[in-house]
Amino acid sequence: MKKYTDSGKKDTRSGFGAGLTELGKTNENVVALCADLIGSLKMDDFKKNHPERFFQVGIAEANMMGIAAGLTIGGKIPFTGTFANFSTGRVYDQIRQSIAYSDKNVKICASHAGVTLGEDGATHQILEDIGLMKMLPGMVVINPCDYNQTKAATLAIAEHHGPVYLRFGRPKVANFTSEDQTFEIGKAVMLSEGTDVTIVATGHLVWEALQAAEQLEKQGISAEVINIHTIKPLDEAAILASVKKTGCIVTAEEHNYYGGLGESVARTLVQNNPVPQEFVATQDTFGESGTPDQLMAKYGLNAEAIVKASQKVIKRK
Amino acid sequence: MSNIQQLNDLVTQVRRDILRMVHKVNSGHPGGSLGCAEFFVALFNEIMDIKEGFDMDGKEEDLFFLSNGHISPVYYSVLARRGYFPVDELNTFRLIDSRLQGHPTTHEGLPGVRIASGSLGQGMSVALGAAQAKKLNGDSHLIYSLHGDGELQEGQNWEAIMYAAAKKVDNLISTIDLNGKQIDGSTDEVLPMGSIKQKFEAFGWDVAEIAKGNDMDAILEGMATAKSKTGKGKPVCVLLHTEMGNGVDFMMHTHAWHGKAPNDDQLASALSQNPETLGDY
Repeated sequence: MKKYTDSGKKDTRSGFGAGLTELGKTNENVVALCADLIGSLKMDDFKKNHPERFFQVGIAEANMMGIAAGLTIGGKIPFTGTFANFSTGRVYDQIRQSIAYSDKNVKICASHAGVTLGEDGATHQILEDIGLMKMLPGMVVINPCDYNQTKAATLAIAEHHGPVYLRFGRPKVANFTSEDQTFEIGKAVMLSEGTDVTIVATGHLVWEALQAAEQLEKQGISAEVINIHTIKPLDEAAILASVKKTGCIVTAEEHNYYGGLGESVARTLVQNNPVPQEFVATQDTFGESGTPDQLMAKYGLNAEAIVKASQKVIKRK
Repeated sequence: MSNIQQLNDLVTQVRRDILRMVHKVNSGHPGGSLGCAEFFVALFNEIMDIKEGFDMDGKEEDLFFLSNGHISPVYYSVLARRGYFPVDELNTFRLIDSRLQGHPTTHEGLPGVRIASGSLGQGMSVALGAAQAKKLNGDSHLIYSLHGDGELQEGQNWEAIMYAAAKKVDNLISTIDLNGKQIDGSTDEVLPMGSIKQKFEAFGWDVAEIAKGNDMDAILEGMATAKSKTGKGKPVCVLLHTEMGNGVDFMMHTHAWHGKAPNDDQLASALSQNPETLGDY
């Protein structure tokens, strides 16, 4: 299989910050809003470089979403920044009415998604956000896998007209995609070709999928690994082409199995080519305090879990 | 348009539009719509500096945001009669395939509407964003918004009210329709809010009051005062004292007509109190 190298662990939120810094220089219509989490979202540089285009709204996320919607009227491209929990569930109706239904060009940028937020625990670890956001008509949902890809995605969504949910995380994780990549919204990335099982992963689980594929190779199993950075619109053609070859699939995500990537893939398969599928995801549970690695292991979100799911799904063919 | 008689004639016609729209589909919100008819007519025909035609960005013109979207009948009637879309289209209010949804939306591309509203408490935040975009664009035009008094029970308003003063958003005039009524009864019965004026002032706003919110002269004078308060470092609030159901005797002094349409006899009575002035749609 194709090998990938970690160029040095980095957090995806810093990829967002770097992308936003670049957008500040290249696109004068980009404005940024934050609800008292500038450091956590890595928005410091943008704020320093463009104080007139930066809006500190305080701990008032509902107001932030409305202000962002209003800023689009006049041609601005607002990027809102707070934790994923406060970017979605807390302000769902504001997003639904003032942004999605009103077709406003707002980029909802959400850090600290999933259990890898770690020690703060379940109050802050949202595992339902992909589902919430993908259900909104017209909303694009993106969960990039590493620092480089998060930066590229941040640049790309500024060029897309319409509401976008960009999900990323807190911990430092492997940075293995290319620094100069072009990010194409809705286009899956083939990471490694294989013939026995398809593994489609999103976000932090992509690196775990690659580690799993290496372990599977040692067992004589050829896994195809696809990075689904865009959950909506889903690259159905890439998934269907892969399962046509492999005949089974594992989906992997740091999210509840209700409402996540796995469900979107299952719908695609059922409508087109029903093949066995296994879900690597949280099993309808809240998270808890712990280190990211401990939590990924306890909730079955790592390479080991993907290996087991792959072995199981192959037997079901 | 500048003559008071002409404006009041338009108000009478707008009342007829509101009544006929809600009667036809036996749904909608006539009470608050009638209460704000004078305000909308004044705003769109006298107070705001608006360009012909419609574009979403609304650069170099005053903009209006309706937060209490359920009073869509008055909004639609005044927009149509100001030329944003054909008056005949009022016939399609709340019908299938219409641009005139029960609550206003941009989704169907209705000219004049820049944000969806209906789920309450969101409009002031949107107005703030639009006001700050104007400042970024070096555009000296103003943002107007309208909110129900009961709507102030939604917490997001107070986030917005706090933010507006903190950020010195002084190109915003937010009007509160103080009719003292909401679906379940008077605001004092449902959730007493104390002094709205003192609350806005405590949050750092400049407050103007229009005691006779259904009197055209009083509205024009009060809004001119409000306008004179803009650009001085504080957001401006107008407390507009209105009578829900104004202009139809049996719809006044009660909350009963908040969200109820008149039957045939009631419509006939209401229309007879408001003779046609500019022609029905």
